[in-house]
Amino acid sequence: MQMKKIKHHLTDALLMGYAAGTLPEAFNLVVATHISMCDTCRAALAEFEAVGGEVMLDAAPVDMAEDALAAAMARIMDAPRTEQPKAAPAGGVFPAPLRDYVKGDLDRVKWRKIGGGVSQMVLKTEGGASVRLLRIPAGTAVPDHGHRGTELTLVLQGAFVDETDRFGAGDIEVANEDLNHTPVAEQGADCICLAATDAPLRFNGLLPRIAQRFIGI
Amino acid sequence: MLNEMHAPAKADAVTVMPVYKRTGNADIRAKGANRVMAEATTKRMAWVTQVAAVRDAKDKAAFAELFAYFAPRVKSFLMKSGASPDLAEECAQEVMVTLWNKAHLFDPTKASVSTWIFTIARNRRIDLLRKQKRPEPEDLPWGPEAEPEQADAMGLQQETEQLGQALAALPAEQRKLIERAYFGELSHSEIAAETGLPLGTIKSRIRLALERLRHTMK
Repeated sequence: MQMKKIKHHLTDALLMGYAAGTLPEAFNLVVATHISMCDTCRAALAEFEAVGGEVMLDAAPVDMAEDALAAAMARIMDAPRTEQPKAAPAGGVFPAPLRDYVKGDLDRVKWRKIGGGVSQMVLKTEGGASVRLLRIPAGTAVPDHGHRGTELTLVLQGAFVDETDRFGAGDIEVANEDLNHTPVAEQGADCICLAATDAPLRFNGLLPRIAQRFIGI
Repeated sequence: MLNEMHAPAKADAVTVMPVYKRTGNADIRAKGANRVMAEATTKRMAWVTQVAAVRDAKDKAAFAELFAYFAPRVKSFLMKSGASPDLAEECAQEVMVTLWNKAHLFDPTKASVSTWIFTIARNRRIDLLRKQKRPEPEDLPWGPEAEPEQADAMGLQQETEQLGQALAALPAEQRKLIERAYFGELSHSEIAAETGLPLGTIKSRIRLALERLRHTMK
């Protein structure tokens, strides 16, 4: 992946939730995609996984069935398998985990217009949160909105600016109830983001709120 | 994020560890912290050697030793995460079968065997209990080393041991919170809202070790 300077990282709570395996699938996809682009968060994740390992080590052992080892050996002998590491795809905009969901890179995205020049593609996930790709034309604003739950926005290409800061490729914004913002895509390339929410967004104008019922953000 | 990290100087790290719950104070006074640490690291390196024996020689005796130690802990972890005893038994066996099948992917310069087995168990739990797909980060372009440096592997094992001991030394309520997060009892927003979680305290030097490693490989 491109090794740009990433300024906005995952929070400890997200890293811990991902390491523990308790985030909804939609969040997992955003976290895995960011970590594919960010060595700092990759190392931080290793640390939170190490915590999980130590918690597991300290769990009071529970006896296995008497024939457990023999049963495991039998399974090994029945179906010998060796898995190879997945090679990272060369070039392109999307890291491997995102490509799995899109079934390809940026050129394979099936965009649907959702108004204001903005397009989206919802990616299918289970478990109470949703995730979509967003394309915001350079210079365009996403309507002013707040959040009921947590919203993760990962920039894959281009950049956006909101009331808090500038977010470029690889940067992730973690927004909660406290943040009302109007992200604006920078001039230059279209801004492509991967955005996940665990609750519907709350738009601060009447028209966007009506539109929301049709486009399902 | 890096700045918040607790990063004692390398030379002090072995000796400054607080009271060890795992061994008991009398033990510590008798043996000295350095020796306890050295023994624990030796145990971790033995696991690394056993995984290598499974990988290189399909060594059933080494596998049996790993199985005897880890399978009951994986089973316990899964039961605490909400699996029935039968499902946890089945699943713990599968985790150990996966260890055999993926032994060639284990890299002791990046993880302790305990960490690696935890990630396998966690992924199995997501499959079984939550029936969700688990997107994983793509592998780094430099991939696993053919023959990892012994010193790097040793350093990582040692740092994981220190992390374990730091966890054991936490006050009971803080420890309980961390366990609940890993057993799946806390949602992301509960973790985020939980001010009692000693995230600063449990941050070990593993991250530094990994970053050092990355720099030497570049």
